[in-house]
Amino acid sequence: MYKILSKRRLSAQICEYVVEAPEVARAAKVGQFIVLRLHEKGERIPLTIVEADPVTGGVTIVVQEVGKSTREMGDHFHAGESVLDFVGPLGVPSEIENYGTVICVGGGLGIAPLYPIACALREAGNTVIGIIGARTRDLLFYMDRMEDACDEIHVMTDDGSIGRKGFTSDPLREILSSDRPTDRVWAIGPAIMMKVCAEVTREFAVPTTVSLNSIMIDGTGMCGGCRVEVGREAKFACVDGPEFDGHEVNFDLLMARQQFYVEEERCALDRYLKSQSKGVEQ
Amino acid sequence: MIQKHETPMRQQDPKVRIGNFGEVPLGYAEEEAVREAERCLQCPNAPCVEGCPVRIDVPLFIKHIKNRCFAEAIATIKEENSLPAVCGRVCPQENQCQGVCTLGERFEPVAIGKLERFCADWEAEHGCISTEIQTDTGYRIAIIGAGPAGLTAAGELRKLGHDVTIFELLHVAGGVLMYGIPEFRLPKEIVKREISALERTGIKIKVNKVIGQIYTVDDFLVRDYDAVFIGTGAGLPRFLGIPGENLNGVYSANEFLTRTNLMRAFRFPEYDTPIKVGRRTITVGGGNVAMDSARTALRLGAKESIIVYRRSEQELPARREEVEHAKEEGIEFRLLTNPTRIISENGYLKEMECIRMKLGEPDESGRRRPIPTPDSEFTIEMDTVVVAIGNNPHPLVPRTTKGLDLNRWGNIVADSKTGQTSKEGVFAGGDIVTGAATVIEAMGAGKRAAVAIDRYLKTKR
Ligand code: FES
Repeated sequence: MYKILSKRRLSAQICEYVVEAPEVARAAKVGQFIVLRLHEKGERIPLTIVEADPVTGGVTIVVQEVGKSTREMGDHFHAGESVLDFVGPLGVPSEIENYGTVICVGGGLGIAPLYPIACALREAGNTVIGIIGARTRDLLFYMDRMEDACDEIHVMTDDGSIGRKGFTSDPLREILSSDRPTDRVWAIGPAIMMKVCAEVTREFAVPTTVSLNSIMIDGTGMCGGCRVEVGREAKFACVDGPEFDGHEVNFDLLMARQQFYVEEERCALDRYLKSQSKGVEQ
Repeated sequence: MIQKHETPMRQQDPKVRIGNFGEVPLGYAEEEAVREAERCLQCPNAPCVEGCPVRIDVPLFIKHIKNRCFAEAIATIKEENSLPAVCGRVCPQENQCQGVCTLGERFEPVAIGKLERFCADWEAEHGCISTEIQTDTGYRIAIIGAGPAGLTAAGELRKLGHDVTIFELLHVAGGVLMYGIPEFRLPKEIVKREISALERTGIKIKVNKVIGQIYTVDDFLVRDYDAVFIGTGAGLPRFLGIPGENLNGVYSANEFLTRTNLMRAFRFPEYDTPIKVGRRTITVGGGNVAMDSARTALRLGAKESIIVYRRSEQELPARREEVEHAKEEGIEFRLLTNPTRIISENGYLKEMECIRMKLGEPDESGRRRPIPTPDSEFTIEMDTVVVAIGNNPHPLVPRTTKGLDLNRWGNIVADSKTGQTSKEGVFAGGDIVTGAATVIEAMGAGKRAAVAIDRYLKTKR
């Protein structure tokens, strides 16, 4: 059992948890992830590590409540309570070095994994330009943290409810078209956002790292369920990644594979919501 | 008069069992076991003991059954084998103890495996036989991987009085016994029971620990362990490398079985992990894992389950019994057939293009090499594919351990008698050394390594 040390709601759908896992906290590096399981009947959920504190043993993760398991976590797993399994750190750490100027693009929940990368890049001596975006104001979080982590920050929402109206790829293109040199781009977010960003940076031939969130079970290379195509070769996102060269990734395949269980996911969520409303009536 | 045939074991009817995940053979009653035990000739040279990778005293335990001393029978087995309920179910006895049984020269050999299973089930019902543990030695041993090799090594080392901790990357111990072998062949409750018996002897099992990521073997050695045993198995699934293999609906056998066995997807949505099986499933491969996958597909609701294998029936690497069970359940075998392409339509799998094969000259494995027949491509319609063509060694531990020699396939190089690797204090055994093999062979390696580790510790200082 792994105790939830604290829980903070970042938006209507997004929570930040600090989970006590001292061994994970000691070993974790930027860009790695964990897999957690809530209870005996639960699925294994992969989540990127946002922060790891070797002193307190706390590992910070951010969870967006999109499906049954994540809803359940938001509704029923509070500070002081425990999750059943918490395993990590998994995956290969980010390649942090002094590239010069790096643009960090984060969309939606992707801002969570992007934040520690931006911090590490800055610490390594880079000039870090942050671009963060979400559909709407309510889904945007860590704005203050990203402001602190970056030398410059651009905020975008699809509906313009905060920051500029538009997509994260808009300022990305503007900066790359300007005369400011950019040495590297990190883009983390929904597959479609990463795809568009990678297309933009390809035009300007700027090396681009993306972090792939394919469907995973074990997260340790055992099942191949997480496989993605990178440079026409099959790779396992959990052990070969999660970060890959964005110009080589087959995003259409990634998106198709992410959709494979939508019906089942909907069925599980409906069943859960029904059980919850019954609970309320009783 | 000796009974010529082995005493049959009752089985679930094929028509019924394809609709459930319950065990197929139902076990012997006491009378049946005694009757079968009476067939044993009690040969003084006991070829069966030689044939057993962990060298159980087969004639002795059978004699105890014959005398209705069931507690003694299981105690005899447990002296050499820490997982009898598992081995009695999944060992290929026909190639081991039963393969060399003297009775087998004229009649059917003694059903040693079924008798072993009987003893283990008897123990489960009548309470546990405690294992004798020697006094504490003060040595600490880290075991990586709670599969058959690791569990066996742990059990043996603990008996010798060592302090043993197993590190497992999944959330439960058991390795392939939990995630790979299906419920209908090896009920998970039985695996759990055998593992708790080991834990009661004082072995510590730490789950959720991915060695190579959280600690390395070197961390263990410099910190507080006197020796390390690596039993991380062959966990990395192989794929065919044909077009369409990454389409939705194509599973590795590992994923298909892990979702079902470990994550209990057959009880979705009560359990959170889903699995999707259409009307017609094709499993590619001819080993036990392929049989397990094809039979699992039926139980998950496939109306038709087909096995595609590139050689002929004779070369099927699966146990005979598993092939028979699969046939009884209506699994269709398309032999001398090899997939060349997987085709989808509107995001759903549609058909598999295959080519017909002929058998040529024997290859390194001694089996005749399959050769494609030019222009013989044809297609089979399907909506789910399971690729069961084997696994590669799990890379996390080898990759992160300094000074560990690997062969060109990434297996750890270790002495076959002792498990000693190129690194002092580090031993290895099971599939990570040999490539995919059987449960009992991994257990044999774990056992031999335990003896060698014990010797190493006592002569170390
Ligand atoms: S999640 Fe199973 S191999 Fe990556």
